[in-house]
Amino acid sequence: MKILRFFGCAGTLSCLLAAAPADAQLTVQITQGVADPIQVAVVPFGWAEMGAAPWDVAATIGSDLQRSGRFAPLSRTDMLEFPHAAPEIDAANWRLLKVDYVVVGKLVALADGRFELQYELVNTLTGQRLLGQAIPAGRESLKLASHRASDTIFEKILGMRGAFATRIAYVAVDGSPQARRFRLMVADSDGANPRVVMQSGQPIMSPAWSPDGASLAYVSFEGGLSSVFVQQLASGQRARVSARSGINGAPAFSPDGRRLALTLSRRDGNVDIYLLTLATQQLARLTESPAIDTEPAWSSDGSQVYFTSDRGGSPQVYRVGAGGGSPQRVTFEGGYNARPRLASDGKILAVVTLDRGAYRIASLDLERRASRVLTAGRQDESPSFAPNGATLIYATRDGRHGVLATVSVDGRVQQRLAGGDGDIREPAWSPYLQ
Amino acid sequence: MRVLPLIAIMASVLLLAGCPKKPTTAPEAETGSAVPGETDGATTGGAAGAGVGEARPLPGGEGGGAGADAAMAAGAGRIIYFDFDSSEIRPEYAEIITAAARRLAAAPALRIRLEGHTDERGSREYNIALGERRAQAVRRALLLQGAGDPQVVTVSFGEERPAMDGTDEAAYEKNRRVEIVDAG
Repeated sequence: MKILRFFGCAGTLSCLLAAAPADAQLTVQITQGVADPIQVAVVPFGWAEMGAAPWDVAATIGSDLQRSGRFAPLSRTDMLEFPHAAPEIDAANWRLLKVDYVVVGKLVALADGRFELQYELVNTLTGQRLLGQAIPAGRESLKLASHRASDTIFEKILGMRGAFATRIAYVAVDGSPQARRFRLMVADSDGANPRVVMQSGQPIMSPAWSPDGASLAYVSFEGGLSSVFVQQLASGQRARVSARSGINGAPAFSPDGRRLALTLSRRDGNVDIYLLTLATQQLARLTESPAIDTEPAWSSDGSQVYFTSDRGGSPQVYRVGAGGGSPQRVTFEGGYNARPRLASDGKILAVVTLDRGAYRIASLDLERRASRVLTAGRQDESPSFAPNGATLIYATRDGRHGVLATVSVDGRVQQRLAGGDGDIREPAWSPYLQ
Repeated sequence: MRVLPLIAIMASVLLLAGCPKKPTTAPEAETGSAVPGETDGATTGGAAGAGVGEARPLPGGEGGGAGADAAMAAGAGRIIYFDFDSSEIRPEYAEIITAAARRLAAAPALRIRLEGHTDERGSREYNIALGERRAQAVRRALLLQGAGDPQVVTVSFGEERPAMDGTDEAAYEKNRRVEIVDAG
């Protein structure tokens, strides 16, 4: 029996990343930033050719930095001069405007029709040039190239890579209980360019990125039963990798991308974690307990799998070696800790916790054993780390609607990503994109 | 002796209904269930771009039909509700279980699907597991009362397909349920 099959888009089922943009773009509102944001000026970029520049690089970098909650970019109307290169910067003038860092640059048209994004970063206190880079990009990639520049500027100033040149996957749901529409979406990390990856009248759940950012695994109930699919984003081509009896759920790619941890119940109804080798369809059982074991998450070195289990009576997070063995309990505080996700450094675990009657996102420092509730909603769920480990995106409620929100791991910066009329849920932050 | 007539009525409604239609799902035609089944001869690997599977209705497709309305009316007899965080079948649902088990025992070709659901509280995949646990509890009860093992499959929708929208107990108690659906 072959389960692994490739097929494209058929019938009314659409898998169309490249197709028409979805109606509702998410917009970012910063609900809480740091009290002492860094003052930065991103000067409009130079453009020597005829007509308008093909992209406003400075606007993208400025809004990235502002959106992080850690920077306060100077308004263009308050700028007194518009240099395009580091030697043209008069540091004293910018210091008068209380600006700590200046970003300057130009967009250059190359002979082959592509462009080069040249930028420099200057510290106005020392006059030192901290960065000078040129990023080549095609016309369609200028926004991504601008996000890349933001990532590097962020890292130079804060000592931690930014996560602007990334995407988020999420599930959008609208319609009444009798006529629901489920759409698997992918958008830029700022909510721009939303695209429909797959849509169905039956539930879509649990999107998970492949480590190269090229594919998504997800659960679809199309046909009335659950299946796990892996879909390539560029081509829309997808494979149904698990359609066994009972639950096919909670897919999570191993860090090397070769295996999928998933939850199966099979015929005996016993909900356990399995590891599926994608190339061979070889299936190995990782947990075996009459209790519920689900929601697997890999440690970044691939040696451990964290998961939710109620084997101790209430849902708690456990960990087991990826080669098997006996699971160890990881969470002890409170009566409900579920849906673990690990930061890329492996030190911080995010969970959904029951906090005074409300479901909230908490972080657990695995070394210091210190936990902290980061959010204040009633029904917060599905935490997912940015690839730099500094920020979590999660699902929350805004009145009747499901929306997405982010919170920095230190709790200082919070944002909300508001969508259209329906529910937005189950965000998954992409890895860094090649 | 009010039990027997009830069972009789319910059984006859189920028989009349023929192919009961589950009230809460959209018709398959809209869902685009164009997924080649495991037994179909779709090509693997290779012909990626051209490898578009032929659309065909899957077994268990909910194509509507004449019996739908009658079945909708009988919906109350095919849904078992649960307490919070529980997969225990309350005594008041014994009749429904018994009737369904008898019906299956009497018609070995009959196939049903038990669809488990939860309310929205807690994490989604964990709720999938809770819904499966509820469906399995009903499955075990049916098998104990004479249904054949291959006749009953389970699927859990967790909190993904609530019967009622809402964030209060009135909605939650309608959503913690197992629906008995004919699977053809």
